[in-house]
Amino acid sequence: MPNARATTVQAADGITVRSVNASPTAETDRNAVLDRFARFLPAAFYYKTFMWPDWHLFEPRIRAMAGLGVVDPDWQPRQVSDQINHHCDVLVVGAGPAGLAAAASAAAAGHSVVLADDRTHPGGSLRHRAGEVDGVEGRAWVEATVARLKGAGQLVLSDTTAFGLYDHHLVALNQRHADGRPDTLWRVRPRRIVLATGAIERPVPFANNDLPGILSADAALSYLRRHGVLVGRDIVVATNNDSAYEPASALAAAGASVTVVDCRRDGAAQAKTGIRVLGGRTIAAARGRNAVQGVQLDDGTTLAADCVLVSGGWTPTVHLFSQAKGKLAWSDQLAAFIPSEAIDGIGVAGAVAGTVSLSDALASGAAASGDFGSSSPALRGTGVEATLGVVSLWPKPKASGRVWIDYQSDVTAKDVELAARENFVSVEHLKRYTTLGMATDQGKTSNLNGLALLADITGRGIPEVGTTTYRPPFTPVPFASLAGSRRGSMHAAVRRLPLEANHRASGGVFQEYGGWLRPAYYGGGEAGASIQEEARQARQSVALFDGSTLGKIEVIGPRAAEFVDFIYYNTMSTLKPGHCRYGFMLSDNGVVFDDGVLVRLDEHRFIVSCSSSHVAAVHARLEEWRQDRFGRDAVYIHNATAQYATLTVSGPNARQVVEALELGAALDDASLPHMAVAAGRFAGDEVRIARVSFTGDRSYEISIRADRAEALWARMQHEGRAFDAVLLGLESLMILRAEKGYIVIGKDTDGTTMPHDLGVAGPRTKRASEFVGRRSLFTEAANSTDRNQLVGLAVREGEAPLATGAHGVEKRDGRRRSIGFVTSSYQSPTLGHPVALALIERGAARHGETIDVQHLGVVRQATVVAPCAFDLEGRRLHA
Amino acid sequence: MTRHYSALSLFKEGIAGQTGWVKAWRSPDPKPRYDAIIIGGGGHGLATAYYLAENHGVTNVALLEKGWIGGGNTGRNTTVVRSNYFYPESAAIYGLAHSLYKTLSKDLNYNVMFSARGILTLAHSEAAMETAARSVNAIQVNGIDCELFSVEDVCRVVPIYNFSPDARFPVYGGTWQPSGGTARHDAVAWGYARAASRLGVDIIQNCEITDFIIEGGRCRGVVTSRGAIRAERTGMAVAGHSSVLAAKAGFRLPVNSYALQACVSEPVKPIIDTVVISPDTGVYVSQSDKGELVIGGALDRIPSYGQRGNLPVLEGVVAGMLEMFPIFGQLKMMRQWAGIVDVVPDSSPIIGESPLPGLFLNCGWGTGGFKAIPAGGTLLAHLLATGQHHDISRPFDLDRFARGRLIDEAAGSGIAH
Amino acid sequence: MQLFPCPFCGPREESEFHHGGEAGNLRPDGAEVTAERWAGYLHMRDNPKGATREIWVHMTCGEFFAMSRDSVNHKVSGSSVLGEAEHGR
Repeated sequence: MPNARATTVQAADGITVRSVNASPTAETDRNAVLDRFARFLPAAFYYKTFMWPDWHLFEPRIRAMAGLGVVDPDWQPRQVSDQINHHCDVLVVGAGPAGLAAAASAAAAGHSVVLADDRTHPGGSLRHRAGEVDGVEGRAWVEATVARLKGAGQLVLSDTTAFGLYDHHLVALNQRHADGRPDTLWRVRPRRIVLATGAIERPVPFANNDLPGILSADAALSYLRRHGVLVGRDIVVATNNDSAYEPASALAAAGASVTVVDCRRDGAAQAKTGIRVLGGRTIAAARGRNAVQGVQLDDGTTLAADCVLVSGGWTPTVHLFSQAKGKLAWSDQLAAFIPSEAIDGIGVAGAVAGTVSLSDALASGAAASGDFGSSSPALRGTGVEATLGVVSLWPKPKASGRVWIDYQSDVTAKDVELAARENFVSVEHLKRYTTLGMATDQGKTSNLNGLALLADITGRGIPEVGTTTYRPPFTPVPFASLAGSRRGSMHAAVRRLPLEANHRASGGVFQEYGGWLRPAYYGGGEAGASIQEEARQARQSVALFDGSTLGKIEVIGPRAAEFVDFIYYNTMSTLKPGHCRYGFMLSDNGVVFDDGVLVRLDEHRFIVSCSSSHVAAVHARLEEWRQDRFGRDAVYIHNATAQYATLTVSGPNARQVVEALELGAALDDASLPHMAVAAGRFAGDEVRIARVSFTGDRSYEISIRADRAEALWARMQHEGRAFDAVLLGLESLMILRAEKGYIVIGKDTDGTTMPHDLGVAGPRTKRASEFVGRRSLFTEAANSTDRNQLVGLAVREGEAPLATGAHGVEKRDGRRRSIGFVTSSYQSPTLGHPVALALIERGAARHGETIDVQHLGVVRQATVVAPCAFDLEGRRLHA
Repeated sequence: MTRHYSALSLFKEGIAGQTGWVKAWRSPDPKPRYDAIIIGGGGHGLATAYYLAENHGVTNVALLEKGWIGGGNTGRNTTVVRSNYFYPESAAIYGLAHSLYKTLSKDLNYNVMFSARGILTLAHSEAAMETAARSVNAIQVNGIDCELFSVEDVCRVVPIYNFSPDARFPVYGGTWQPSGGTARHDAVAWGYARAASRLGVDIIQNCEITDFIIEGGRCRGVVTSRGAIRAERTGMAVAGHSSVLAAKAGFRLPVNSYALQACVSEPVKPIIDTVVISPDTGVYVSQSDKGELVIGGALDRIPSYGQRGNLPVLEGVVAGMLEMFPIFGQLKMMRQWAGIVDVVPDSSPIIGESPLPGLFLNCGWGTGGFKAIPAGGTLLAHLLATGQHHDISRPFDLDRFARGRLIDEAAGSGIAH
Repeated sequence: MQLFPCPFCGPREESEFHHGGEAGNLRPDGAEVTAERWAGYLHMRDNPKGATREIWVHMTCGEFFAMSRDSVNHKVSGSSVLGEAEHGR
């Protein structure tokens, strides 16, 4: 797991850890030599060089040096992350004293509470700072309060970081698990949010303040009291406030020699037994190479030390508040930004709200629950320091040595000065130019020191400089948590045919087409040969095809006929009941959106048969026009696509096979001519028989309840045997329809194709009633003569098919230009030569013309012909 | 004082303690009158300022920025530069931008780190491969480098992709533009600002437009939070906020503003060397020079001016990214943000004079504005200097909507920007 | 994750909704409509920053409705079934 933080990962038996971005290790890093050239490598130096001869020469080395951990290329997810949606009355973020008080108050008032804390053990500062609540020792009060909450059935989440506060007060939290399970994403939608997110101790600026052995004073106290670790023997504490004295005293009591360097003159007033206090002094520089060995003070004094603790004041953790667009105000008293204006539904409590004493934290916690809190008496807290007394101790310009502002991004005070000198004085410019605050901690310790320095240099106040925008996540969140179970077909579902198992049993090889998993071809043989054979056989006798994915959207109601007239380019209201008509649906921009057959069952009842991949979109459009223009009572729309299977019998012997199915419908051509529908029954179930054809041969589309389709399909196959019936996959069907010049919308048309480009110009000029897309058919572009139009392309005898996607090209003004492209191209086994469809500029006027066709740089010739290459008179539809 | 940037000047300044560098750009107070005003201190506005001065010698120019330069979409995008476009009009405009990017560091004396690491657009089905072929052939005819990739080619370039046989989005191949790549977004803004400022352009930050000065039916300048500023020609390049300014000027645009999100991972050692786009997941991934994986995805389809990320779309984008690269499941998201993009029905830019004479438009770049910055600047500068269209910008005039002459890449190639 | 109030189903997650356009963008009928008027209907938008009234569809129930909200802070002030003013887009 790359980029784990050593201080936040629970140690476990058997884990292997190593330092990152060091070759080979942090102690013996070869790249440490770069440090000696630091004066030549200031912030953003890379914008000023590496331009000559070319950035490409330098970039690979720079990339190799950047980055931290290494991605394991063999990593495999063990299991998916859980994602949990949760509702509650009050969500409390942070289980320190303020958060606990807020949770207890809300729980006492009978509300459901979620209390989340990013540490393993709740309590916040009460776990390592001395304090009593209502006379109970702090840690005991924490345990008792948590036990009471849990006992009341409230949800207490540990190791859980609230990382984002999103629109409409959705809070996202990431929960880590000690048992090796992947993290869990919580999406919590509370009625009230209490942010008791605490504050983060700031570093103190002095030269070399990044040496190993320098850490936050609060961290040292936490090591001591939580883990029993003494961080040093000779400890110097650098501070500007009262909060450093409890760590100092505690470490002294634990046996360390402790000297406090307090920049405040009266710092000595805080003197405790066992510690030495140097008031009115600051550290100028730390000494040491690979670890701190001592410090030099501003008066030149040197102190030996194996550990330096820093406490430069506290920065309230306002991230979530700011993500919710909360306004901040500068507090001189705290030397920090704190939340100012309240946000509806969000309370802030404890250190993030600027409280210092334990009592104030507890009181603000109870108050932050707002209307969800109880009126029980206030908790009384006593702690070691009730005051902060912080004074400013910001980095200063022109300090000697390297004073680190951002430890992770390696930004020094000099870098901030350089940025200001070069006019990067907006706080966002400072961040981007120097990368201050852009490393994995996103500036939690560095931002305030950086902008205080910028304020000093530019002669502005800190509030005038302002802060950078706080963005999620508060701490980095595993991608796996965000993705959850949305993997594979859970990420994007595929739709499946009711008869998938039957097709597989028949040797169907499946591919995805427009979201549907459908048989591409049958049989275990080589794909190309199998497809050719299916297409050849289909023209010989009879073919069976599963067309269940075709849209079947019912349009019913007193204004149904008027409705379909509006929806279709073609006039549909003149259609007789029991008949069907092919037509186009346009978008209002005039472009052909879908094509298909409309069936009129009776006066007020139609079935819109649309392309398989367009069903949802067509349905949505029909609904929109219905509600927008016709009214709910005038038309009713029902998408019945998934309720029916549609099984097709096609070919010269199709009628004989359908007759053998004994559907109880008259099938003679007088009763059921081409483009007519009939009702029948199969094994007691109603079936609808439609004589429409996508192959160019006599065809019967039989629709039946999806759950009864299996028997009908089996019977078809059985009856087909006598006629050498062949099963058609989608690929061979594509050949058959291309032979006939039948188009597939989105393949043989593009997002500019209008109906007159497809040779259907009649309604455009003749229709009097309004229809979708009408006005767009008369724009300057729609009227122009250079439109791409549907044509066929023929190649010379014996040549292979053109490549689909090849472009027609011609030279104009000495430059080669595209005049359109091949949309469909296949070898026709029946015709014995290739067939192709194309959209070619002025194509309708070019019939007979030979054009150049280019594919991947190779140019061939093809002749523009009519789209239909087979059975031009359409006799086979009736044969 | 050191003005010129080079290894030598860095060395000299190193000896001198880096104290001699001058301001990257000046911050003067605005004058009451200029020859031209540019509204918007993003990449397009700054590039316009530079090319007005450099190409046309028009240096009495004010660039007005509401906040700080480069703070909008210029600093929020995923830094992809490419010119693999289907229609010749698009190829001309993005090809111009791409060719200018190639020499931009030297032209501006500012390392914008243009890195031709290649752009791979995947195809996840046979049908997508046919469309890919259609695109590649069109792009080649347009005179731009582009190849049709097989599965083996894809495997060679991004071996860590999910080639598992049960992958939800199997790879059939793709299209490859070797000269596409990325550039450092902030550097583009700062490099143009520095170069324009040196040529005399006044870059004025924290200067918000409150109104236009309209006299005799023409735009004669602007009223700002820092006073009235007059000029006979004004250009606006304000991306997602174009409709707001258009309303002040009294016209409407075919623009919808949406939030486009992006996120980065924690920085890791080099693991992916190119830009990978998957049309089916809607996700694109690259790795920055700092080591962060840079991940972009689909728009939040809720019209918005809120420059912040949201959870549902982010989750979908991350899920799609893990579908493409399951091994990134071991990484963490470090930062999430959003920019406000100006989406036009055909996803092509609008460049030309607005319905208010004297006010010129550069907007509608949607999700793809960064890659076009040098072209957007060149073309708007040409309009401001001459009052006339450059040949390359003419098809992108606002009048194309009434004429029905949309330039919709998605219509032709199936893949938008 | 925003919550939108479907007038028929109550508050639901944003991912169940689809933006249908600005309210009051009425569709002009007829082949004689001027090119500018037609392009105005098809393409031109107010795209307001701040208060906005839009048509949305709740995809899970299929109903279109009008919603008022703020495009900057995303606060929703209300929703209603389609009224006369919103028809005829």
